[in-house]
Amino acid sequence: MAGRTVNVEELKGYYRRMWLIRRFEEESARAYAGGKIGGFLHLYIGQEAIAVGGAAAIGPEDYVITTYRDHGHALARGMTSRAAMAELFGKETGCSKGFGGSMHMFDVEHRFLGGHGIVGGHLALASGVAFKLKYQGEPHVCLGYCGEGATNIGGFHEALSLAAIWKLPAVFIIENNEYSMGTPLSRTLPVRDITLKAQGYGMYSDRFEANDVFEVREKLKKAVEHARSGKGPALIEILTYRFRGHSMSDPGKYRTPEEVELRKKKDPVRVARQLLLDSKVPEKEVEAIDAEVEEEVRDAVQFADESAPPSEELMHDLVYAPSEEGLIENVEHWHKVVSSNIVGGA
Amino acid sequence: MRVIRYRDAVREAMIEEMKRDERVFLMGEEVGHYQGAYKVSEGMLEQFGDKRVVDTPIAEAGFAGIGVGAAMAGLRPIIEFMTWNFSAVAFDQILNNAAKMYQMSGGQLRVPIVFRGPNGAARQVAAQHSHAMETFYAQVPGLWVCAPATPRDAKGLLKAAIRDDNPVVFLEGETLYGVKGEVPDEGEEEIIPLGKARVAREGEHATIVSWGRAYYEAMRAADGLAKEGIECDVIDPRTLRPLDHETIVESVKKTNRCVIAHEHWPYGGPGAEIADRVQREAFDYLDAPILRVGGRDVPMPYALSLEERVLVRSEDVMAAVKKVLYRE
Repeated sequence: MAGRTVNVEELKGYYRRMWLIRRFEEESARAYAGGKIGGFLHLYIGQEAIAVGGAAAIGPEDYVITTYRDHGHALARGMTSRAAMAELFGKETGCSKGFGGSMHMFDVEHRFLGGHGIVGGHLALASGVAFKLKYQGEPHVCLGYCGEGATNIGGFHEALSLAAIWKLPAVFIIENNEYSMGTPLSRTLPVRDITLKAQGYGMYSDRFEANDVFEVREKLKKAVEHARSGKGPALIEILTYRFRGHSMSDPGKYRTPEEVELRKKKDPVRVARQLLLDSKVPEKEVEAIDAEVEEEVRDAVQFADESAPPSEELMHDLVYAPSEEGLIENVEHWHKVVSSNIVGGA
Repeated sequence: MRVIRYRDAVREAMIEEMKRDERVFLMGEEVGHYQGAYKVSEGMLEQFGDKRVVDTPIAEAGFAGIGVGAAMAGLRPIIEFMTWNFSAVAFDQILNNAAKMYQMSGGQLRVPIVFRGPNGAARQVAAQHSHAMETFYAQVPGLWVCAPATPRDAKGLLKAAIRDDNPVVFLEGETLYGVKGEVPDEGEEEIIPLGKARVAREGEHATIVSWGRAYYEAMRAADGLAKEGIECDVIDPRTLRPLDHETIVESVKKTNRCVIAHEHWPYGGPGAEIADRVQREAFDYLDAPILRVGGRDVPMPYALSLEERVLVRSEDVMAAVKKVLYRE
């Protein structure tokens, strides 16, 4: 990196966000082991430069949708650590009020529309958001992220196909971490270059590694501007690696410790930290960022731990959005049914 | 009142709501240039342009998902399935995304969308094109499910469905599209709330509950029974979720006997749900077991003679009513 000039203030921000995601994930893993978090927990460790570089490539009015591996994107988009951690803890103070959990984080204020557990179909949602943007003439884009595994499912192809036909302002971003759960891409993909799939849809494409957050940002910016200018969607493949298993229950035996260690040498968070030091930022200042992050994550865990779980009433209220008067009748029986396990009400 | 066909009633509802709200649009296969596979959207492309009447390729999962995503972001899509049979490939979007987004997002995202199209059997279109899908969709919390039988109900309910902030599964019928019926005159707006049953016919001897295509068999059965001195209440719930429980139970409390006639397969579904509610809420009033008359428990055969045996006929409904009256 010697001789490279970077905007140090930007770099500090990106490093802080990446380190926050890293530490947030590490602490959520610890809380999971301690029984505070249930269900599935898919960590983003190793892929941070994509979420942070992607968020830096768009504006506050653009949208982001991703898969179940969503904590990093939520935080990159601006969700508070408190709201994210409380969601993992299943608390009402969580971003989704404790109803979504790890896989279903939402933050409409920051235009982060999930967090989706069933992959493929969520990219059609991204196309749908882009459809809305074009329909209403808004100069924004929607980023739709997925893993390389999801490029095999029909939902991926239908989302791309329709977005391409209608020239929707969507950018589909494949975070290729080489493993579809425990299956290496050599056994799931007939080609190594996934962007070849873009050709079938006449789509702009790009393919690069995710080690440097600035590179991610700059290359995604090009795709975003392409989509924003009305030229149609883009398909971007970013080569990355997750340092942990697919989820907390995955010991990762399908790859060797040597392979993982080798990849950790290209850890994007370490790369960013080194770039800060190389850019003459005093180590003390970097450590101060680290300490700030440490405190933010500690506070988030404490906040999540001390928050209350959602109420049963809220569970009932969150099935149907309130309806205007005169549109729906006879929901009383449903309320009676929903309030008891004895069907029809106790 | 004026008399129009069911397909025209559906179209009028869409046109009126699209005029009322710019956010409402129609999307589906052949809805535009082809003028609708069943001519439901005839003329709408010319009226609204291709921005709001959007032809799609064969990609139900894709365009259903685009509808859900657009609704999440603030539009109010009407997604037409050429037939509800094809919704099977979009089930993920309806079940996992449309129905659950409001809850999973902690109430941040609403999905004001209507999925509509013809449901149930047409004529000799065999096993893959003859599903009565209400049995799948009425099970899902987060969806409302309508199955109007008449033009007036189709129009009034569709307008309410489009205006509601929740996803609505709107089940029409290929064999219903040509049905004529009265609707309010132009300029007289009628919104029929979801979740309200219609008492189509009154009688004291038995209650028949039926909707969609089977409703007409139920009405024919009631006509036939009347000639034999048996008078029936015929209740069309019109909406299967939420279900107008009270109207059905009140009727059974009066007649003490209940027959439910539905096109869907007999295993579970709204027919069984209604039977469950009636036995629980009107147990002391029942003078006979509740009987259901349904489609037979087989994939739909192609051969006409067999298809006719699978579908509910008025004779079956009449026989069931006589059975609950012990007049076999």
